[in-house]
Amino acid sequence: MSAARVGVLVFPGSLDDRDMLRGLELCGAEAQFLWHKDARLPESLDGIGVPGGFSYGDYLRCGAMARFSPVMRAVLEFAQSGKPVLGVCNGFQILCEAGLLPGVLVRNRDLKYVCQDVRVAVEDPGKFRAELPAGRGLVMPVKHGEGAYVPDPDHKPRVAFRYVGGSPNGSTDDIAGVANAAGNVVGLMPHPEHATDPLLGSSDGGALLRSFLAACVAARTRR
Amino acid sequence: MKLRVLVSLKPGVLDAQGRAIEHALRDLGYTQVSGVRTGKLIVLDLDTPDPEKARALAAEACEKLLANPVIEQYEILS
Repeated sequence: MSAARVGVLVFPGSLDDRDMLRGLELCGAEAQFLWHKDARLPESLDGIGVPGGFSYGDYLRCGAMARFSPVMRAVLEFAQSGKPVLGVCNGFQILCEAGLLPGVLVRNRDLKYVCQDVRVAVEDPGKFRAELPAGRGLVMPVKHGEGAYVPDPDHKPRVAFRYVGGSPNGSTDDIAGVANAAGNVVGLMPHPEHATDPLLGSSDGGALLRSFLAACVAARTRR
Repeated sequence: MKLRVLVSLKPGVLDAQGRAIEHALRDLGYTQVSGVRTGKLIVLDLDTPDPEKARALAAEACEKLLANPVIEQYEILS
């Protein structure tokens, strides 16, 4: 089976794009950057990663402007066709603003930018389940000022990950990440790409990235 | 014409910034302050002389981009 071919979106202000690309490569993917102005995705793409950062300076609301960049229309179609999309941090905010995931992320409860390792427990990560059985604990870093998840009152979220021992940001019900109803789009605030080597303090993020890549390959063979 | 749009968090959504300002005001001795909510004011310059059209356009912009209906409400001021 050939490696999953994944694209990592790059917006003005993305800053974890290289880490995400490298993390995915470490986990066996063939990864390439996708520029925000490209309205068309490369052929034979298996999955898309939306990285963290401060796209468009976080102007208006985090992720609100990125949603209207040319590449996002293609990403919307890609996700709606059932292909896997993973959003991390600002990428999670963008997917929420774009309507691919329910809810929204707001300012941390204590107005403090948090930068620390957290432990999350896996609940229902949709199709990203290869190495993520329910109940598995993962240690990964968070670094954000606006990571408090607020669910859409009309749309109960499918909780993919929950903070263990309380959230660092005031998230509703300690939600750290959610999946869409179809299970092919997952977003979370903690950074798996920063936890891919014991030297970084944890390699638990690798399990999440490999599960994303396994979902990418599975979606390809179904085609 | 110019239209001002006021975007704020819906009642019930925690306004962490408003709460911090409230605490600061109370620390300054303004003990009568029992609540602070914040929002943002967006001023639109619109190339239309028709006030109704302008308001409709502003409302559409709010729905699409300026406010996130999950947590925010908007008010179009003159």
